[in-house]
Amino acid sequence: MATEAARFTLSPSRRTRRRKLVNFAMQGLATLAALSAVAVLALVIVSVAQRGAKALNWDFFTKTAATFGESGGGVANALVGSLVLVALATAIALPVAVLIALYVSEFAPPRIADLARLVLDVLNGLPSIIIGVFVYGLLVVGSGQAAWKGSFALAIIMLPLVARATQEVLALVPPTLREGALALGASRWRTVLGVVLPTSVGGILTGTVLAVARAAGETAPLLFTTSIVANTVTWDPRQPMLSIPLSIFQLSESPDPADHARAWALALVLLSFILVASLTARTLLARSRRKLER
Amino acid sequence: MGLTGAATLAAFLLLFGIAWKILDLSRPAISRYGFGFITHQGWDTVHRQFGALDLIWGTAITSFLALLVAAPVSIAIGLYLSELAPRGFRLIIGTLVELLAAIPSVVLGLWGILVLGPFVGAHIEPWLQRHLGFIPLFSGSPQNVGILIAVLVLTIMIVPICSSICRELFLSVPSELEEGAMALGATRWEMVRGVVLPYTRSGVSAALILGLGRAVGEAIAVSMVIGAGFGIHWSLFATGDTLASKIANQYQSADTDILRSSLVYLAGILLIISLLVNLAAQVIVRRFSYQRVGGT
Repeated sequence: MATEAARFTLSPSRRTRRRKLVNFAMQGLATLAALSAVAVLALVIVSVAQRGAKALNWDFFTKTAATFGESGGGVANALVGSLVLVALATAIALPVAVLIALYVSEFAPPRIADLARLVLDVLNGLPSIIIGVFVYGLLVVGSGQAAWKGSFALAIIMLPLVARATQEVLALVPPTLREGALALGASRWRTVLGVVLPTSVGGILTGTVLAVARAAGETAPLLFTTSIVANTVTWDPRQPMLSIPLSIFQLSESPDPADHARAWALALVLLSFILVASLTARTLLARSRRKLER
Repeated sequence: MGLTGAATLAAFLLLFGIAWKILDLSRPAISRYGFGFITHQGWDTVHRQFGALDLIWGTAITSFLALLVAAPVSIAIGLYLSELAPRGFRLIIGTLVELLAAIPSVVLGLWGILVLGPFVGAHIEPWLQRHLGFIPLFSGSPQNVGILIAVLVLTIMIVPICSSICRELFLSVPSELEEGAMALGATRWEMVRGVVLPYTRSGVSAALILGLGRAVGEAIAVSMVIGAGFGIHWSLFATGDTLASKIANQYQSADTDILRSSLVYLAGILLIISLLVNLAAQVIVRRFSYQRVGGT
């Protein structure tokens, strides 16, 4: 009975079985690749959290590095420095980036808009170390390091990111809104200020948060512009300031395990900020995009 | 309106300014060493004889090997996220992969030198040497720093970038084409090989080129794990240096003008490579989107 049935059923031939097997293997490999990327992320986060949490205490946030031979001390100057550097960089980059995005999507002739997009993409692809060398040559040679020069370098990194994000949101603003404003007799500039920008402000902000998260972790542009510092907390951007990524870089080269512990703790602070910022921004971005597309 | 135009003009000027400033700063080294700098080997700070060949080699081997590992992995992740993953997983795993791209290079470097490096040096490299030691790539003595660890760190950096671009590309394949292949009895993999990959070929190559560009330009993480070695070695266990990591390592302590200028010369070479890489990727992307607009 069984053999009789086998002769006439649609039981898979050897070829079909092999095709199914290859298919199965390939699906397995793709899943494995995705899982291994997630595993690496988990591994990095867990190592940083485990080692970083041990060195976190009140002194870590409020004191500067202890003098040689003493234990304890903290990294208050790096925390303040990062805050000031990134805030200043955002203040420089945000207005310019929004203006560029407005020009490209509202005013520019198509050919120039295309060229501007290319320039932004190329700027975005430049190695950050080159931007560091550029700002060193432009501002630091002859007059020394200062925090605002580091901020200028970070602003160059942020500029294309914010501009591209803004452009993408502007493209989602419904044309009917613009046409409505124009039909009511508003000038193009009034239309932009009164209708286009208010509609897209959420998207611009989330794009900025993502750029801030990126800038907060950049080391190379600060290496030549604001790295030789005094061991005091300063809020003055005309002085050079320490920053979180730069002190991680310097502490990692030290042979002292206590310094490594401090580097891990700094990495934990930086990583938590970046992960929270990018997750929030991504969620908000998805929401505002849905709202505009509706 | 004038203001927005001025801002855009500033971005153009910025790009030219960067190129001009790099050229300007490297002028002393260019006039002293000429183009021979590119083919000269060795970096002798005492006799002030500098050459870029070691570093070009280091850059090439680390970024190409990283791309070699990252390319199949990124394409596989892109396929998983666009074709395979169940709906709920898609968003979660996609977000996690993008978060991997958000880890700053200095944190990855720290992890690379204190966690990954000792592990690879103690377990992976001896194993490779025992079983594959006859291949020159895997000969030499295992260490906690070196080219192999730099390759691994770079791979981790470029996989998320390439795979999220790949996912977007694969999602852009018209579903009629995919469904057509499935209706003809193709398995999922045959559909991917026959429809999805050919349809997105140029886009995928642009994504990989962008990843290569990122690997070539990475300075901080590489300088932390590659070990600042000299010379040209085939062994992956050896220490080395890349264009970017050399600049990051030495620029601050550079005490002579000619050394500083030579380092900027390296930055100039790096700038040209990254401009070429980026422009190539952009050209491919633009042509690809034209084709799609014109083709349908």
